[in-house]
Amino acid sequence: MATHQATEAAPNTGAESLGVTNGKIGMWTFLVMDAMTFAGFLAGYARLRWSPESGWPNPYTEFGVIGIQLTAFNTFVLICSSVSMVHVLSETIRGNMDRARKWMLATIIGGLIFVGIQGYEWTHLILDKWPYLVGGEGVDYNTNFASTFLSLTGFHGLHVSVGVIYNLIIYLGMKRGKIGKHNSSIIEIAGLYWHFVDLIWILVFTFVYLI
Amino acid sequence: MGTHSKYGYLSPLTDKASKSALHYVKEWFYTTDAKRIGVMYTLFGLMMGFLGGVLSILIRLELVQAGPDFMNAEFYATLPGMHASLMIFFFIIPLFTGVGNFIVPVQVGAPDMAFPKLNLVGFWLLPPAALMAISSYFLTAPGFGWTGYPPLSNSIYSPQLGADLWIMAVIIVGTSSTMAAVNFLATVFNMRCKNMTFFQMPLFTWSVVVTSFLILASTPVLTSALLMLQLERTFPGAFQFFAPEGGGDPILYQHLFWFYSHPAVYIMILPGFGMINEIIPTFSRKPIFGYAVMAWSMAAIAVLGFVVWAHHMFTTGIALKVRVGFMFLTMLIAVPTGIKIFSWLATLWGGSLKFDTPMLYSLGFLAMFTIGGLSGVVLASVPVDIELHDTYYVVAHIHYVLVAGSVMTIFAGLYYWFPKMTGRMYNEMLGKVHFWLTAIFINVTFFGMHYMGVKGMPRRYFDYDPQFEMLNVVSSVGSFVLFAAQFIWVFNFLWSLKYGKEVGKNPWKDGTHLEWHTTSPPQHHNFPEPPVWTPIVRHHGPHREADELTEPVPAE
Ligand code: HEM
Ligand SMILES: [Cu+2]
Repeated sequence: MATHQATEAAPNTGAESLGVTNGKIGMWTFLVMDAMTFAGFLAGYARLRWSPESGWPNPYTEFGVIGIQLTAFNTFVLICSSVSMVHVLSETIRGNMDRARKWMLATIIGGLIFVGIQGYEWTHLILDKWPYLVGGEGVDYNTNFASTFLSLTGFHGLHVSVGVIYNLIIYLGMKRGKIGKHNSSIIEIAGLYWHFVDLIWILVFTFVYLI
Repeated sequence: MGTHSKYGYLSPLTDKASKSALHYVKEWFYTTDAKRIGVMYTLFGLMMGFLGGVLSILIRLELVQAGPDFMNAEFYATLPGMHASLMIFFFIIPLFTGVGNFIVPVQVGAPDMAFPKLNLVGFWLLPPAALMAISSYFLTAPGFGWTGYPPLSNSIYSPQLGADLWIMAVIIVGTSSTMAAVNFLATVFNMRCKNMTFFQMPLFTWSVVVTSFLILASTPVLTSALLMLQLERTFPGAFQFFAPEGGGDPILYQHLFWFYSHPAVYIMILPGFGMINEIIPTFSRKPIFGYAVMAWSMAAIAVLGFVVWAHHMFTTGIALKVRVGFMFLTMLIAVPTGIKIFSWLATLWGGSLKFDTPMLYSLGFLAMFTIGGLSGVVLASVPVDIELHDTYYVVAHIHYVLVAGSVMTIFAGLYYWFPKMTGRMYNEMLGKVHFWLTAIFINVTFFGMHYMGVKGMPRRYFDYDPQFEMLNVVSSVGSFVLFAAQFIWVFNFLWSLKYGKEVGKNPWKDGTHLEWHTTSPPQHHNFPEPPVWTPIVRHHGPHREADELTEPVPAE
C-alpha cells in the first residue's frame, strides 16, 4: 500500500532494461533526428543541383587555390580529432586520466582548427566570389550554389562549434575529477556526437566539394 | 493513508506549514515530475485549443452569409492558417505529449521520464512559441495558411514580421516535440519494470513509441525546410531555395513540407488509437483482440506514412507515373488501418459492454473516423483529387479525421484517465450530454462540407457563391453549438475536481495496466516500490471471465 510518501529519493530510478545508460539511448535518438535535419538540407541541395537547368558551377575548379586542397586538409583534421576522441575514451576506461585529458585537449584543438579554417574559407569566398552577400556588386553567380553551400556547411559548422563547447565542458569536468573511469559513459556519449559530426562532414564534403 | 498520499503528486513537495501562492506556482513551474509536466502540457494544449476554436468561430461567422460581412479579406486570410497552426502545433500534438507524460512512465512501471529536466525544458519552449505565433496578430499576421507555401510566404508576398514569427514558432514547437520524443523512447526502452518485455507493454505505450519514431524522422525535415525559407526571407537575393525567379524550386518546399506533414497526421492520430486500445478492452471487459497485430499495424502505418507524402501534390504537375505510385501506396494504408478497426470491433464482439463516457467517445470515434478514412481513400485517387483539391471536400476530410478522430480520442482519454489524474470521478450525466452534443454537432458542422466541395466551393476563400448559403448556415450554426457544448465539459471537470466522488485505485474495476495498480492520483515517482509485472497471456475467447482481467498484479 502506498502509505508512505516517497518525495525525496526516487524508489526505483535508473532501471536499465536494455543494459545501456539512458544517456546513450538519448544521444542515439537525438542523432537520428539530427541526421534527418541534414537529410532535409541535402535533399534541397540535390534537388536544386540536379535539375536540368541548374547551371551548377564545377565546385572543384570554383574553389581555386584555397578551396579544395584546404578543405581536404580540414577534413583530415576533423578525422584526426575523431581518432583522438577514441583515445580519450580508451584512456579513461584504463584510468589514465592524465593522458585522457591530453587527448581531449587535442580533440578540442582539432575542432577549433576546423572551425577556424572554415571561417577563413567563408571569408575568402564571400569577399572574393560572392560579394553580393555583404552588399557588394550585383549577382554574377549561381545563387543556388552559394545558398546550398552556405546553409549546409554553415549548419555543419554550427554543429562543430557546439561540439567544441560540449568537449570543453567535459574537459573541465575531467579536470575537476568529476568525470572519470567511474562514469566513462559520459565521454562515450560525447564521443558519439563527435563521430557523428565527423561522419556528416564526410557526406557534406563529398556532395558539395567532390562530386 | 495520510493526508499526503491522498493527494498524490498533487500534494506540495515540501512540508512547509504555510505556503504562499508563489511557492505553489514555483513547485509546479520548476517541477521535474512527469505527471505535473503532463498536466501542464494538457492545460496548455487545452488553452490553445480554445483560442483555435475562437478563430474557427470567426471563420464561420464570416461565412454565414455570402459576401463580406464584418471583416476584410486580408484579415480573413490570416484566420484559416492561424486556426490550423494553433490546433495542430499547439493543441493536439502537445496534448498527446501531455497525456503520454502522465501515463507512459506509470504504464511501464518507471518512477519518472528518463530525462526529467529535458522534459521540463521541452514544455517551457511551448509558451514562448505560442506567444510568438499569436503576437503576430498585433503585427499583421501571415496570410499564407498553415502550409506556408512559397512563393506566397517569401519576403515579396508576405513581407510582414508576423510571418517570421510564425516560422520561428513552428521551428521551436518542432524542437520541443523532438525533445519529448527522445525522452519517451529512452523511458520506454530503458526503464520498463521487471518482467515487462516489449510485447507485454500496454498498447498506449506502444502508440507513443511509434509516434516518437515518426517525430524523430519527420519533424527535423520540416525544420530544415523552414530554416531555408527563413534564410530566403531574411536575406532576399542572397539565399535562393524556393523562389522561382532565383532559380529556386517551390515544389521542393512542398516535398519537404509534406514529408513532415503527412507523417504528422499520424503523429496526431496514433496516440489516439493507443487510447482507444486501452478504453475498448476496459469497457468491454475483454482483452484486446490481436494484441501483437495491433502493435505491428501501428508500425506498418508509420512506415507507410513516410512514403505517401506526394498525395498532397497531385495537382503540382509531377510525373503521372509518380503520382500513380503514390496513389497506390496511399491506398495501402487502408489495410493496416482496416485491421485496427476490425480488431476493435472484434474486441467489442461478445464483450459485456459498459457505456460510460470514455466508451461512448471511443465508439463515436470508431464510427466517425471511418468516414474520415474513407474520404481519404477517395482523395487518394489521382483523378478524383484533381477535381477536389483545395475545395471544401478537403476541409471536410481534415475535420472528420482531426475533430471526429483526434479530438474525440483526446476526450475519450481525458475522461478515462480523469479519475487517475485527479483522484475524483467526473459527473457521468454531464459527460454523456457532452458526448452526444459533440458527436451530433460535429456532423452538423462538417458533413455538408463534403457536398459543398463536390459542388466546387473552394477552400480558404473569403466569399462564396450564394448557392452554398444554406449549407453554410447549417455548418456555422453547427459549429456554434459545438463550441458552446465544450463549456459543459469544462464545467464538469472543474466542478468534479472539487466535488467529485473520491475514487480508489481502479475506479473502472476492469483496468488492467499498471496505472490502475497505483493510488489515484499516483504519488510522486508513481509507485511505492518498483513494480514487477506479471506477464499475461492475451489469448482471446468468449469465455473469459471479466475478473480474470484484473490479473497482472505488481508486487506490493
Ligand atoms: C469548432 C470546431 C472547428 C471549426 C468550426 C473549424 C472550421 C474550419 C474551417 C471552416 C476551416 C477552413 C478554412 C478555409 O479553408 O477557408 C478550417 C481549416 C482547418 N482546420 Fe478547423 N475547425 C474546427 C476545429 C478544428 C480542429 C480541432 C482542428 C485540428 C485538430 C482543425 C484543423 C484544421 C486544419 C488543419 C485546417 C486547415 C485546412 C487547410 O489547409 O486550409 N480544425 N477549420
Ligand atoms: Cu497525407
